[in-house]
Amino acid sequence: MMMTDVSVPANPPFRLSMLIHDRRYRSLTFQVIVFILVMALFWWLINNTLQNLALLGKSFDFGFLFQRAGYDIPQTPIPYTADDTHLRAAVVGLLNTLIVAVLGCISATVLGVIVGVARLSKNWLFARLMTVFVEIFRNMPLLLWILIIYAIFTEILPPPNAYRGEDPAWSMILFDNVALTNRYTSIPTLGMTNDPGSLDLGARITFNWATIAFIVVLVGGWFARRAIRNHAQSVQDRTGERPTTWWKTLAVMVLPSLFLIWYFGLHLEPPSLQGFNFSGGLNVSNGLVALWLALTLYTAAFIAEIVRAGILAVSRGQSEAAFALGLRPNRTMSLVILPQALRVIIPPLISQYLNLTKNSSLAIAVGYMDLRGTLGGTTLNQTGRELEAIVLMMLTYLALSLIISAGMNVFNASVKLKER
Amino acid sequence: MKKSVFLGTVAAATMIAGMGLAQEGSTLAQVKERDELNCGVNTGLVGFAAPDASGNWTGFDVAYCRALAAAVLGDPNKVRFVPTTGQTRFTALSSGEVDVLARNSTWTFSRDTDLALDFVGVNYYDGQGFMVRKDLGVTSAKELDGATICIQTGTTTELNLADYFRANNMSYTPVNIDSNAEGEQQYMAGACDAYTTDASGLAATRAAFADPENHIILPEIISKEPLGPAVRHGDNNWGDIARWTLNALIAAEEYGVTSRNIEELVRSSNNPEVQRLLGVSDELGAMIGLDAEWARRAILANGNYGEIFAANIGEQTPIGLARGLNAQWTQGGLLYAQPFR
Repeated sequence: MMMTDVSVPANPPFRLSMLIHDRRYRSLTFQVIVFILVMALFWWLINNTLQNLALLGKSFDFGFLFQRAGYDIPQTPIPYTADDTHLRAAVVGLLNTLIVAVLGCISATVLGVIVGVARLSKNWLFARLMTVFVEIFRNMPLLLWILIIYAIFTEILPPPNAYRGEDPAWSMILFDNVALTNRYTSIPTLGMTNDPGSLDLGARITFNWATIAFIVVLVGGWFARRAIRNHAQSVQDRTGERPTTWWKTLAVMVLPSLFLIWYFGLHLEPPSLQGFNFSGGLNVSNGLVALWLALTLYTAAFIAEIVRAGILAVSRGQSEAAFALGLRPNRTMSLVILPQALRVIIPPLISQYLNLTKNSSLAIAVGYMDLRGTLGGTTLNQTGRELEAIVLMMLTYLALSLIISAGMNVFNASVKLKER
Repeated sequence: MKKSVFLGTVAAATMIAGMGLAQEGSTLAQVKERDELNCGVNTGLVGFAAPDASGNWTGFDVAYCRALAAAVLGDPNKVRFVPTTGQTRFTALSSGEVDVLARNSTWTFSRDTDLALDFVGVNYYDGQGFMVRKDLGVTSAKELDGATICIQTGTTTELNLADYFRANNMSYTPVNIDSNAEGEQQYMAGACDAYTTDASGLAATRAAFADPENHIILPEIISKEPLGPAVRHGDNNWGDIARWTLNALIAAEEYGVTSRNIEELVRSSNNPEVQRLLGVSDELGAMIGLDAEWARRAILANGNYGEIFAANIGEQTPIGLARGLNAQWTQGGLLYAQPFR
C-alpha cells in the first residue's frame, strides 16, 4: 500500500513574513524587538548623560569619596572627625540610617501587633480608640508627623541650662538619671570598674570585650533554653509527665548575665551638666527620637491593619475546633490562630519594613544625619558630585532593601504552610 | 509578566530621559526668548532676599537680579525668583533651572573649578560670625567650648566651623538645619546655644527678631566669605554680561552716577568714563551682545551699588550694616570695578 496520501507535509520554507504571521515565531519576534528598543533607550540615556556631563565640564568619578570630608556629624556610631574621608562620613550616615531603621522596625512591630489585636477586642471603647489611632496615623503624611513631634520636643522641653542652679526650673527624672532637653535626651551610659579593653577591628572600629561577652552569654543562654525545652518535650513524650523547667530556664538565661555584671562592675553613669550641655551620659538627639517616634507610630498603624487582617483570615472553624478539643483561649491563640495568621501577616510586613527603612531618609527634615544627610546632603553639596552621590545612595538603599527582603523571606519560609 | 516589566522599564526610562534633556543654545538667547530671567535667591533672608508683605521680592541680592533683568530684557520686573536652599542652589544653577545665582554664595576655589561655576565678582565681602543670647554671658567665640551650634548644612560655614573648633582645640555639637528660617526657629527655641553663618546673615536674622537687643554677635570673624553672583561654566558671554552688570553698579557709585541724576548725566556729563558707562559714547553694549543703554537701565532699576546697599542692608535699615570692607576702594574699602573701556 502506498503511504504518500497520509504523509505529513514537509515544513514549508522559511519566509520573513512568518516572523509576524506564524504563531511559533511571533512572540519571539516581539521580544527581540522590545529588547532592542529598551537597549537603545538605555544607550541613549547613558550617552545623553555623558554628553551633558561633558558639556558642563564634569566627569563621572568616585575619587571624591577618598578626599577629606571636612564637616562634623553630630551622631557618630564609629569614630569620625572632620579629617576623615567622605567615604567614612557616608558609612557613618549609613549606620545612622540602620540605627533608626532597626529601632523603628522593632517598636513599630510591637506597637502594631498590640494595636491590631486590640482593635479586635470585644471592649467597644478600646476597639474604637484603636481605630482612631490607626486612621489618624495612617492617613496623614509621615513628614508632617516627624515635624510635629520634633517641634513639640523643641518648643516644650527646656534648654539644658534650665537644670542649672540651686533651685532649677527642671530636674532630671528616673532617679536623676535622665534629662529631657530641647536638644536631646540625656541618658546614662554603662560604666565598668573592671574594663576588659576592646577588640580592635581596624579602621578605628572597636568592640568592647564586655559587649562580646554579653552577646556570647545571651546567645548561649538561648540555645541552652532550647535544649532544655527539647529535653522536657522528649521526657513528656516518653512518660506523659512534663518536668518543671522554669527555674532551669531562668538560671541559664539570667545567672550568667548577673555574673558578668558583677565581674565587670557594671553600673550606670548618669549625665551631668557641664558648661553648655550635659556630658558623661549619652545624648540622644531629638532628631533621632522624633524620627523614631514618627516612623514607629506611622508604620505601626499599617502593621496593625496587617495583623488584624491576618487574624481575621483564620476561619472561625479553627478556633471552634480548638475549643472543642479543650484548648484554653491563650493556647488557641498561640498554637492555632497565630501560626496560621503569620502566613498572611509576614509578606505584607516585609513591605512595611522596607517602607520604614526608606522613609527614614526623611531624617534631613529634623537634622538627623543619616545616609541622605551625609552622602546625599553635605558630601554631595561640598563636592558637587550630584550624579555619583545619588547613584551610590540609590544602590545602597537598593542593597539594604534586598537584604531585608531576603532575611524576611527566610523567616517567611519557616512559618509558611508546609506542603508535602 | 515579562512584558509588563519591559513596559514599566520603558515608561520609567522615558520619564528619566525627559528630565535629562540637554540645555541647548546660549543663556542670553534663552533668557531673551523666555523674556524672563530666572534668578536663584535665598529662601528668605531679610535684607538680602525675602518676599515682602505683598509678595514682592526685595533685598540686596534681589536688586542685582533686577538690574541684570533690566540690562538684558529692559524691564527690572521680568525676573522669576527661584528660592534655593544651601543644598539645592548649585544643582539648580548647573541643571539650568536658574540663569544666575545671587544667593549669598561664597566664592571658593573648589566651587569655581570643581563645581563648574563662574563667580562673576564679589558683591559683599563677608566673614563668618557667631550669634548668642546676651544672658549666656559669652563675650568671645573662644568661650564656646562644648556648645551646641546651629549650622546651615551644605555651606562653607559648616567647614569653617569644623576647622575653627579644631584649631582652637574645642568641641561642639552641630545641629544641622536646612534653611535660615529653620535655624532662626531652633535658635529662638534655645535648641542651640549659638547660631553661626555669615556676619551679614546674622545681622539680618537678628533684625527680624522681636527682641534684637537680647542677642549679640561675637567679635570673632573666623573666615573670609566673599559673596557674589555665580553663573555656569562654559557660557562666557553670559558670564561677561553678569560680571559687567555688577561692575556697572559699582562703577556708577564710584563716578557719582545715581538713579536720580542719571538722566541729567546722560545729557550733560563730559567725563569720558561716565559717557562710556552710560552708552553716550562708544558702543560697549554691543561687545556683550546688548544695546548701548544696558548699563543705564541696570542703574535705573534700583540705583547704584551704594544706593542698593543703603536701601536694603545699610545703617538706616533695621539690619544696620556699616559699609566697612564694602566701601569703594577710594573710601578705604575693597570694591573696585574694572575700567569701562
